[in-house]
Amino acid sequence: MTWFFDNLSYIRELAWRHLWLSVIPVVLGFVIALPIGYAARRWRLGGKTLLSLASVLYTIPSLALLIIIPGLLGTSFLDPTNVLIVLTVYAVALMVGTAAGAFGSVSESVVDAARASGYSTWQRIVQVELPLAGPVLLAGVRVVSVSTVSLATIAPLIGVSNLGSLFTDGFQRYFATEIIIGILCVVVLALLLDVLWVLIGRLTMPWLRVRGSR
Amino acid sequence: MSGISEGISWLTDSAHWHGDDGFPHRIAQHLGYTSLTVVIASAIAIPLGLWIGHTGRLRGLAIALTGALRALPTLGLLTLVVIWRGIGLTPPIVALVVLAIPPLLAGAYAGLESVDRATIDAARAIGMNEWQVLGKVEVPLALPLIIGGLRAAVLQVVATATVAAYIGLGGLGRYLIDGLAVRDYPQMVAGSIVIVVLALVLDGIFAVVQRALSIQR
Repeated sequence: MTWFFDNLSYIRELAWRHLWLSVIPVVLGFVIALPIGYAARRWRLGGKTLLSLASVLYTIPSLALLIIIPGLLGTSFLDPTNVLIVLTVYAVALMVGTAAGAFGSVSESVVDAARASGYSTWQRIVQVELPLAGPVLLAGVRVVSVSTVSLATIAPLIGVSNLGSLFTDGFQRYFATEIIIGILCVVVLALLLDVLWVLIGRLTMPWLRVRGSR
Repeated sequence: MSGISEGISWLTDSAHWHGDDGFPHRIAQHLGYTSLTVVIASAIAIPLGLWIGHTGRLRGLAIALTGALRALPTLGLLTLVVIWRGIGLTPPIVALVVLAIPPLLAGAYAGLESVDRATIDAARAIGMNEWQVLGKVEVPLALPLIIGGLRAAVLQVVATATVAAYIGLGGLGRYLIDGLAVRDYPQMVAGSIVIVVLALVLDGIFAVVQRALSIQR
């Protein structure tokens, strides 16, 4: 506990870096996966290929990808951008399946009704299908967020510091307290982000709260 | 791109294909850790998952447990177990087993839950005892999901065994960690390529097995 308070500003700085190394990939992953998931759903044959491609992407070990990416893109090895790209790739790979399932859960007759009442394609997608797919999409974001926060901890192995640095540093000094505090911080950060997604979900989908309180 | 091509020439250099540091030996080690881990984790998680799925007891606990274990950062767990138990084969295997349990457990209990209640009642009605219901009806019907859990566990362990080289384990992660220590980028790329190919090949084998199982029925 003493160690925690003595190093509070250091831990806060690591947590801050960890936060943005996790939030950016989750948001980017969501934005990229949304149209891909929608396309996979509407475009039957190609859709299956897209979904299996996403699951293959997810099987690539993260440390290996973290090392290959700088070579492919010519970025500096210590550049945090590599971490952002790798985590975004995994977020997309995880989210695409959820997004396809979310859009698939929108009943066909609702889509037809929107079409019949004169909605244009864009209006229909944005005003009808997206809100109805919302709860499943939110569930997907929450899963991706937890795994991203946890996955980001391997970044210190390639020299990009974040809360995972407490593990490598604690290991080198054989100091268990630091590692335990690191694990706790990671879990707390994952929980806080989860609360954030739930709040955003409540703000953007107020009708869910009405139904829930009844 | 030059880093990648240097990595490929490192990979194809025959000097790196024999001896204790050679790819065949490292791949064998990697697969050895993976199978040891998955066998131990299966021995714990599959009977437990089958029991939960068969009796319906402790289901909430199993769901909470699998969720919580997934949030645990691998590297933290690995380093912590080493400090507690010292260097050796046991700590990494313990940490990897903890990671392999959630997907195996989830596959087993979700598999049994997916079996139609009417089928189970029918099996009881024709006089099967509980063990026969489990062994002859529930497990065969749940097999695709159980194998799905196994697939997820194997892939996760293959990926994580890489990180485990950081705490002194052998296997393919050595190329990454050793290469990192001396800034030998080609070696790291070569190791990464082999790990990616290994993961994809294993995933492909499981895909074929799952397809064969689904055609059978």
